[in-house]
Amino acid sequence: MLEYTERIRETAKRLLQEGKAEVFIGYKKGTIPLMNHPVLISDPKGVDLLYWDSNCGLNLCNYLTGRKDKIGIVANGCNSRSIVTHIIENQVRRDQLHIVGIPCTGMIDHRAVMRAVKYREILDVKDDGDKFRVKGNDYEETFEKRGFLQKNCATCTHHNPILYDEMLAEPIEEHEIQDPFKDVEKIEEMGPERKWGFFTRTISRCLRCYACKNACPLCYCPTCFVDESRPQWVGKSIDPTDTMTFHLLRAYHCAGRCTDCGACERVCPMGISMRQFTRKLNKDALDLFSWEAGLHLDKRPPLDVYRTDDYNDFIR
Amino acid sequence: MIHKVFTKKEWIRTLEALSDTYKVFVPVKDGNFHTFDILEEGKRPDFDYQNTRLSPKSLVYPQSERMFEYSLDENEPDVNILKVSPKDYSPRAIVGIRPCDAHAFQLVKVNFDNPLYRDPWWVQCFESTTLVGLGCKAPCSTCFCTSVGGGPFSETGLDVLLFDLGDSFLTKALTEKGEKLLEHARGGEDASESLVKDAEQSAEPTSDKISSTVPIDKLKERVVTELFDAPFWKEVAFACINCGACTYICPTCWCFDIQDEVFGKEGDRIRNWDTCMSPLFTFHSSGHNPREDKFQRVRQRFMHKLKYYPDKYNGTVQCSGCGRCVRYCPVNIDIRQVCEMMNNY
Repeated sequence: MLEYTERIRETAKRLLQEGKAEVFIGYKKGTIPLMNHPVLISDPKGVDLLYWDSNCGLNLCNYLTGRKDKIGIVANGCNSRSIVTHIIENQVRRDQLHIVGIPCTGMIDHRAVMRAVKYREILDVKDDGDKFRVKGNDYEETFEKRGFLQKNCATCTHHNPILYDEMLAEPIEEHEIQDPFKDVEKIEEMGPERKWGFFTRTISRCLRCYACKNACPLCYCPTCFVDESRPQWVGKSIDPTDTMTFHLLRAYHCAGRCTDCGACERVCPMGISMRQFTRKLNKDALDLFSWEAGLHLDKRPPLDVYRTDDYNDFIR
Repeated sequence: MIHKVFTKKEWIRTLEALSDTYKVFVPVKDGNFHTFDILEEGKRPDFDYQNTRLSPKSLVYPQSERMFEYSLDENEPDVNILKVSPKDYSPRAIVGIRPCDAHAFQLVKVNFDNPLYRDPWWVQCFESTTLVGLGCKAPCSTCFCTSVGGGPFSETGLDVLLFDLGDSFLTKALTEKGEKLLEHARGGEDASESLVKDAEQSAEPTSDKISSTVPIDKLKERVVTELFDAPFWKEVAFACINCGACTYICPTCWCFDIQDEVFGKEGDRIRNWDTCMSPLFTFHSSGHNPREDKFQRVRQRFMHKLKYYPDKYNGTVQCSGCGRCVRYCPVNIDIRQVCEMMNNY
């Protein structure tokens, strides 16, 4: 991981010095364990802030929206797919970007680590490739990273960037995942009432802080429907109906666009598994349209095309 | 002052009996975290905890609170007349609250209860509440209460302070309200003076366990306009995703929005927590938004807590150092660092 950090710094410095990028977007080591901080560097002298380890779970594509400058950016598999989506949705231009690709081995699920150390205070986490070491006041434990991946990383089939201008390391081997949508299938099997109960419980702790939506690179509308006041589409209280309306609508806005980067779930202060909504839509996009978001610059997403030869009667 | 000592088992029974007189709120385990909940059958208080994920501010100031009700039915004599929603302000106690969160109520009080304005709902609810604090023996690494006028055993804003003595709790009444609660608390034994002294002495070194320090000494002398125009705001704000997590989990954020919700011919006027991180917070009906840019909203949050508040209220900052925003900010914007930048600017 230290290796990647060094290479990111060197690359960023070169890009800024050569003028290939006016700014460079990456991560800085966070002030608390298991947490890194997105950072924008414009001075080549500032590149030493850049950092990489298995806690870079926020999607940097978020910070590209609407920028007009030339940008260098680090991107792993899911981030690069979000960038592809951003480009085909005209949120940023391909020629503005210099994408520094990172073959990703997955991000650590900070909640799983907290559980594993039984919620004792974590003072330091050292990422060491396949393993990581967690230190507290009176303990030290080493874990295999494989068992602590974020849920989205555990079923990831695109560790390598889809789109890049240069790679920091050789691509890693992609493996097919057996039954990647097992969790969704379990929900699909439920009857309507159980399903409703399941989703109601899933979001019952929601604070409506909108961290999930704001951490999502797909949510770039100038004014989100939850913030519209003329007319107002959704109530502002924590009435369960309004909260459910928010989550369902947010999810549907991501249909055929979500790259399952997991940022929404990672950032939720209440630990809500809102990927349960978007994953169903990802599965549908795959089953109905053979579509995975963010893989092609030259294809339109299924929900923004109309074809006269569509195989569905109802739309022709 | 009454000092009493209760074995931990007895303490739970005492609280259960206290429920006849008070609505008792206690920390309970909710999934993997703790939250304050009303003590009733089947609920097990758990005082062996660091702090609740959400602050107990919602017990006095609910996230959504009905203020008025009205009818839109023209056939009704009181059509369109706002009627205050009935509330229950019978005595309540928050038992096990951490000193930082009790301190936070005092910081909020200057806004809701001052000579110019007394918020009827907040004041009535707060006045009916007795705060029984539990001293912190093992503060978190993100705690910085000692930098902002508090401490792990600070008595500020508490009515009773509890000392965890291992097998028992020692109670120390701090106010009349606290004494009254302890009069209702059955059981326990009178604590000897030496026990009280020992407990207080053993609490002292806990302050040293607070590893974070934040300088706030120069905030008041900084020129407000200079700080406002400081070049670091855009840098601070870059990573911010403008969610409301920091403001909602903060025990001292008090802003709200008022909404009317109508169903059929019945209407409610509700106030909901609001967040200065949202563009809608300052969106004028004219269409103008004085805080259109993200950095302006981020600046507002920190300037309010760390500059406008100390300027207005004698130097204290609007932060009790609980560290929740440090732990839960999705992008790791750390108030300790921002405060240092402002203080040293």
